[in-house]
Amino acid sequence: MMTLNWHAVYALYKFEMARWFRTLGQSVASPVISTGLYFVVFGSAIGSRITQIDGISYGSFIVPGLIMLSVLTESISNASFGIYFPKFTGTIYEILSAPISYIEILFGFVGAAATKSIILGILILGTAGFFVPLQIKHPFLMLFFLILTSVTFSLFGFIIGIWADGFEKLQIIPILVITPLTFLGGSFYTINMLPDFWQKVSLANPVVYLISGFRYSFYETSDVSVAVSLVMIFAFLAACIFLVQWMFKTGYKLKN
Amino acid sequence: MSSILSIKNLNKIYSGKFQALKNINLEIRRGEIFALLGPNGAGKTTLINTVCGIVNPTNGQILVDGYDIIKDFRVTRSLIGLVPQELATDAFETVWDTVTLSRGLFGKAPNKPYIEEILKQLSLWDKKKNTIRTLSGGMKRRVMIAKALSHEPKVLFLDEPTAGVDVNLRKDMWEHVGALQKTGVTIILTTHYLEEAQEMADRVGVINHGEIIITENKNDLMKKMGRKQLILDLKNPLTEIPAKLSPWSLKLNTDRTQLTYMYDSAKEDNGIAKLLAELSLSGVSYKDIHTKEDSLEEIFIELVKK
Repeated sequence: MMTLNWHAVYALYKFEMARWFRTLGQSVASPVISTGLYFVVFGSAIGSRITQIDGISYGSFIVPGLIMLSVLTESISNASFGIYFPKFTGTIYEILSAPISYIEILFGFVGAAATKSIILGILILGTAGFFVPLQIKHPFLMLFFLILTSVTFSLFGFIIGIWADGFEKLQIIPILVITPLTFLGGSFYTINMLPDFWQKVSLANPVVYLISGFRYSFYETSDVSVAVSLVMIFAFLAACIFLVQWMFKTGYKLKN
Repeated sequence: MSSILSIKNLNKIYSGKFQALKNINLEIRRGEIFALLGPNGAGKTTLINTVCGIVNPTNGQILVDGYDIIKDFRVTRSLIGLVPQELATDAFETVWDTVTLSRGLFGKAPNKPYIEEILKQLSLWDKKKNTIRTLSGGMKRRVMIAKALSHEPKVLFLDEPTAGVDVNLRKDMWEHVGALQKTGVTIILTTHYLEEAQEMADRVGVINHGEIIITENKNDLMKKMGRKQLILDLKNPLTEIPAKLSPWSLKLNTDRTQLTYMYDSAKEDNGIAKLLAELSLSGVSYKDIHTKEDSLEEIFIELVKK
């Protein structure tokens, strides 16, 4: 039976969390303030024109989307930076020469990145409570979606961190792919508000499934069924696991 | 003495088809200090990185304390400590945190007294709360050593540990390495400072173009390959070497005030007595006479030239 090197997992996890706590202001304050601004801009400006969606006030309706927006970007950013920085500074030698398997490396890096995102998601949820009335009909499902999304996108961020060989590449996917997909994924609207053609196009956007499922846990309203959302997230998670396994097996951009 | 590291028929070919290691066979004895010497690009770092798991071998076998580095990577890696050539450190971490991380990474439970002991031995204790970016180059090098020792390795690789380090600190490090050897740690070191190898190593290996040219006990190597020189400081400059002295193949220096005779100290008749007699007969007088032995550096240069 394979025994895990828990000391290594804990050491990596603790080290990554300590890095986050050192820059707590930047790590937490920035997304929380941004979310507050979204409420002011979208909630007040647009909310005064769109009063309700599916019987939910517009301000409350955008809460799950806003949480997902931050969780996705922060998961990717934390995990990608976490593994890219040792590559950049050269300290990766220590991880590669340590008696640890790729699963333990993932537990350390992805576990820490996902923890940060979950904490952030909960903080944003708390912040939203100051602006709009909140209702969570399925709290365990909400927590499950939050954890699953954080883990999946932290894993995706980890892959980006291994793939990137410069700070530019590190930013390119979050900025050029993830942020547009999140904005177009129904963070601020339901895709049912779109013309038929664009509704069909939107279904090709994986973020739609995340936000839809997450929103269901709050208000029991969704663009696609929860089961489909879960299948899509698990499929993406499986693809990420497969890719990261291949990266470690071949030493892609890690070992010669 | 049994081998703690055994390398058999090891080859490393990089994706660009460059062969960095060619059929390496090497046995490192338990508890020794082994100096791996070679010019830049000879394959020293590739060899070390392959043993440590940072570079994948193309083929061949590496055993550490009898365990295979691929099949039993958890055992072998926990036995090895590595101080890499580059000063790769987490600039924003404290000395204490980075050394603690290293211990954990190598699967050891936290042990504050042990980390404290290492930091004190390496004169880092009063810097334990400093972030690494505030330390000098020499201090950073010590932090690298502390990290490598944090999990109590049995084999320690020092890849040019004193590069860019001042003379005092270098001597300090030699002492630390000597002290480590006394605790039973096997040390494999690469260096460009040949006097470092001469001072510390029990055995020496020379690698060039990815091949091990020679491995030999340091003293035997110096005896076997080291030539001795007899140097005569002349009273008066010599215009040319008298013909009668030709059997000794003497060399006259550029300002014509010094004659050098290369001889084999192992031979019973080394020709010195006859040379001195012939010098008197030829009217060549000298004011001083001294001998000099080839340093490891000179032997190394000869070996690499071949």
